[in-house]
Amino acid sequence: MARLVAGMGTSHVPGVGAAMDNGKTDEPYWSELFSGFAPLRAWHAENVPDVTIIVFNDHATSMALNHYSTFMMGVAESFQPADEGWGPRKVPVVQGHPELAWHLVESLILDEFDMAVTADFDVDHGLTVPMSIAYDQPDAWPTRVIPLCVNVIQHPQPTALRCYKLGQAIRRAIDSFPEDITVGIWGTGGLSHQLGGERAGVVNPDFDRMFLDNLVRDPMANTRLTHTDFIREAGSEGIEMIMWNVMRGALDEKVREVYRLYHIPVSATAYGAIILEND
Amino acid sequence: MISRDYDDVPGTYVLDSRSYRKGYHLNMFCMSLNKAECREEFARDEMAYLQKFPMTDEQRQAVLDRDYIRLLQLGANVYYTFKIVSHDRQPPQVMYGKMSSPPMSFEEFQEMMINGGRPIDGNRSKKESGNG
Repeated sequence: MARLVAGMGTSHVPGVGAAMDNGKTDEPYWSELFSGFAPLRAWHAENVPDVTIIVFNDHATSMALNHYSTFMMGVAESFQPADEGWGPRKVPVVQGHPELAWHLVESLILDEFDMAVTADFDVDHGLTVPMSIAYDQPDAWPTRVIPLCVNVIQHPQPTALRCYKLGQAIRRAIDSFPEDITVGIWGTGGLSHQLGGERAGVVNPDFDRMFLDNLVRDPMANTRLTHTDFIREAGSEGIEMIMWNVMRGALDEKVREVYRLYHIPVSATAYGAIILEND
Repeated sequence: MISRDYDDVPGTYVLDSRSYRKGYHLNMFCMSLNKAECREEFARDEMAYLQKFPMTDEQRQAVLDRDYIRLLQLGANVYYTFKIVSHDRQPPQVMYGKMSSPPMSFEEFQEMMINGGRPIDGNRSKKESGNG
């Protein structure tokens, strides 16, 4: 049987990828953050699952106003790094896992979660930056990936509770996959940040700390946050944090916090990462 | 027009059905800059390229002026305007600074973030920020 081994939450700020791609990680602006990545990467090096479900959002790259889905599963054999306006990142092609991806689609739809499906989807920084954070700069990514794309840009986004319940349904699907493989799940985006408007640059460390603490001890508290709670307290782009609820919903009720990293600033954001193992 | 409870959050532009309809073609222009051949065409003659999209003259002018806060007011979303600042080969902090109130240079915005970012206190609601 397939086994879910761990979850990670991480921001997916494009600047982190650009700093790596352009060899700037030793510069004073970046060095503290990248020092913080060292224990995270050490854990990942010891805990590479066969497949990782990456919950992320597209940023007007492969989806736009003319055509978007609330939840979409990537079932392709592979996914190319996207051109987001400055040419594709020179990172390895992301290898998919169509067999588990299709099992998830079938299981989720029968479990009342009506997933959209794509086999033709270039992945932007929302997916590739977390891979770079976890695995640095390998010639090939060590894990296969199932992209799970969530609409967090066009209002209304799915609710925080819906995202958590989706995570629970994903767990039921993993538990019923007959192949003996290990699976990881990442929630990406956040933490508090606002990129647009006169309030650009707003961050809220108290809110972020509460959200991270809740992930460990009281995950249901994070499901009661409304869209406006996120917009007001964590910035209009901070609403990406709902994707961490998908990750958390898939884990056991009791989890062990393995590592936490929090750093301001990364570009205009509060960067956060957490690794959780089933207890 | 239907009001939303987040309308009370100051200096914040949520991409909802209102801005979706107002900014649709403006945002789709921005989106087109994902393609290298479109970026080249835009660089050759910005106005001629903008004419290919059924946008308002005001929206076209705001693009030419790189007036980012105006673009948001005219229905653009920041993930879409990101394509313009990337096309200009500028770091996004240039755009964030221009949108800020009062406006900031790249250096000033960067400095604000290094010093812990814009504080949430005083910025939660229009009433709290004194702009209501």
